[in-house]
Amino acid sequence: MLEIDVHKPLQGSAGEMNLDVHLTIKEHDFIALSGESGSGKTSLLRVLAGLEESAGSIRFADEIWLDEKRSLPARKRAIGFVFQDYALFSNMSVEQNLLYVKKDRALATHLLELTHLDALKGRLPSSLSGGQKQRVSLCRALMNRPRLLLMDEPLSALDPRMRTQLQDDILNLHKEFGTTTIMVSHDPSEIYRLANRVFVLEQGKIIKEGTAKELFLKAQGSQKFSLRGELLDIIKADVIYIGVVSIGQQIVEVVLDEKEAQTLRIGQSVQVNTKAFSPSLSQ
Amino acid sequence: MIAWESLDLEPFLISFKLAGLTTIILFVIALPIAWWLSQTKCKYKPVVEAISSLPIVLPPSVLGFYILYALSYNSPIGAFFEEAFGVKLVFNFTGLVIASCFYSFPFMIQPLQSGLESLHKNMLEASYIAGKSKFQTLIFVGLPNIKPALLTAVIVTFAHTVGEFGVVLMVGGSIPGETKVASVAIYEFVEILDYTTAHIYSAIMIILSFLVLLGVYTFNRHQNRRLGVA
Repeated sequence: MLEIDVHKPLQGSAGEMNLDVHLTIKEHDFIALSGESGSGKTSLLRVLAGLEESAGSIRFADEIWLDEKRSLPARKRAIGFVFQDYALFSNMSVEQNLLYVKKDRALATHLLELTHLDALKGRLPSSLSGGQKQRVSLCRALMNRPRLLLMDEPLSALDPRMRTQLQDDILNLHKEFGTTTIMVSHDPSEIYRLANRVFVLEQGKIIKEGTAKELFLKAQGSQKFSLRGELLDIIKADVIYIGVVSIGQQIVEVVLDEKEAQTLRIGQSVQVNTKAFSPSLSQ
Repeated sequence: MIAWESLDLEPFLISFKLAGLTTIILFVIALPIAWWLSQTKCKYKPVVEAISSLPIVLPPSVLGFYILYALSYNSPIGAFFEEAFGVKLVFNFTGLVIASCFYSFPFMIQPLQSGLESLHKNMLEASYIAGKSKFQTLIFVGLPNIKPALLTAVIVTFAHTVGEFGVVLMVGGSIPGETKVASVAIYEFVEILDYTTAHIYSAIMIILSFLVLLGVYTFNRHQNRRLGVA
């Protein structure tokens, strides 16, 4: 059980705010922290890691990491941390990055094989691709056999194909090592695949919690299909109007009537709903 | 004709011995301070920085005068050393090393500090999370990743000490075989109008200095390429 009750003033993007989080997380859970940038997700993760000071208390299983009297330093917390920008030791080879954490060659070999990095173990980080670097970083975070694994937007700098591969790696390692995992992420598909519980932060406070399905499935009532996107353009074609909407990496066109065309603004966030068709999937 | 065999190389040997010792001592002293300065948010940081930079702006004669005074028998420090250990600190090699340590301090600490400040913060944090102490992090992650700054600090300190003149003259005088370094020797040759020897000595200084600096810049270029910095 991870019990968090922390309070910390933060300099957010919208001025001063208070990080004020009270949470209980079950062991072996995979938690996603979501929310706008500047909402305090990364700060919460860094407080958990012991990289930033905070008031309040943190207990993990039978250990006290933070209370009024003391704060256990990061190096004594038995955690793994995956940084958004990898933060590999650039003077060490892939294998040395792992062995620096712990001289356990068998575990290092095992991790590198699991993540298909064994052929690269002698290389320096500067010669690796982003996806490879992040896999090394993930392996390194597990070398101490941490009970708590913290990940700060681990996949946000990678392309979509690489993300899917790494999501598999993360899920496999989470299961194999039995860690309690907390991941900061913006990507609903990633959260849906990985996390069994999601907390949404806003202005330093948790405003929603639930499963990914409860929080991200937008369709309500009789709608069969509901997507959120950005209105890029409104084009007049004879008597009708066509709205161009970007959804994820895709651009779609939606027919609008004159009244809609006048009320909607370009750049607005819009919801695309449909219930007339049964969508089909193809490869 | 130049009498090569009569050329006395001892001043160069003293210069290099002095510079070598000064560099080693300063590295040990400056590294912890540079590490602290690079990581601290303490409000007194500018004060420490200002003091450590003073020798750059002060005339060597000012520095030399105070060091001479502090180390001499007239000051408590000098008196203490002479009474407790029977060591005289002025007009000998020991005094020269102490004076050089003050004089060259900023040249050691500044490259170290800016190198350590440029280290990726997350990389150091990753080391703490891996269970390593600040000292282990400095030795195994910090220093290996600032090799160019490290080399610059060591070489510039060495070169700067070889090149010092005013402080050495004031604190050490010019005792042959003890405190007469190359720069002082050149000054004396000019004084007695022995331009030939002054030329030779000066040429040796220029060539050595150039080779050392060339070595540093070549090494830094290779390092930056290897670590993918540039």
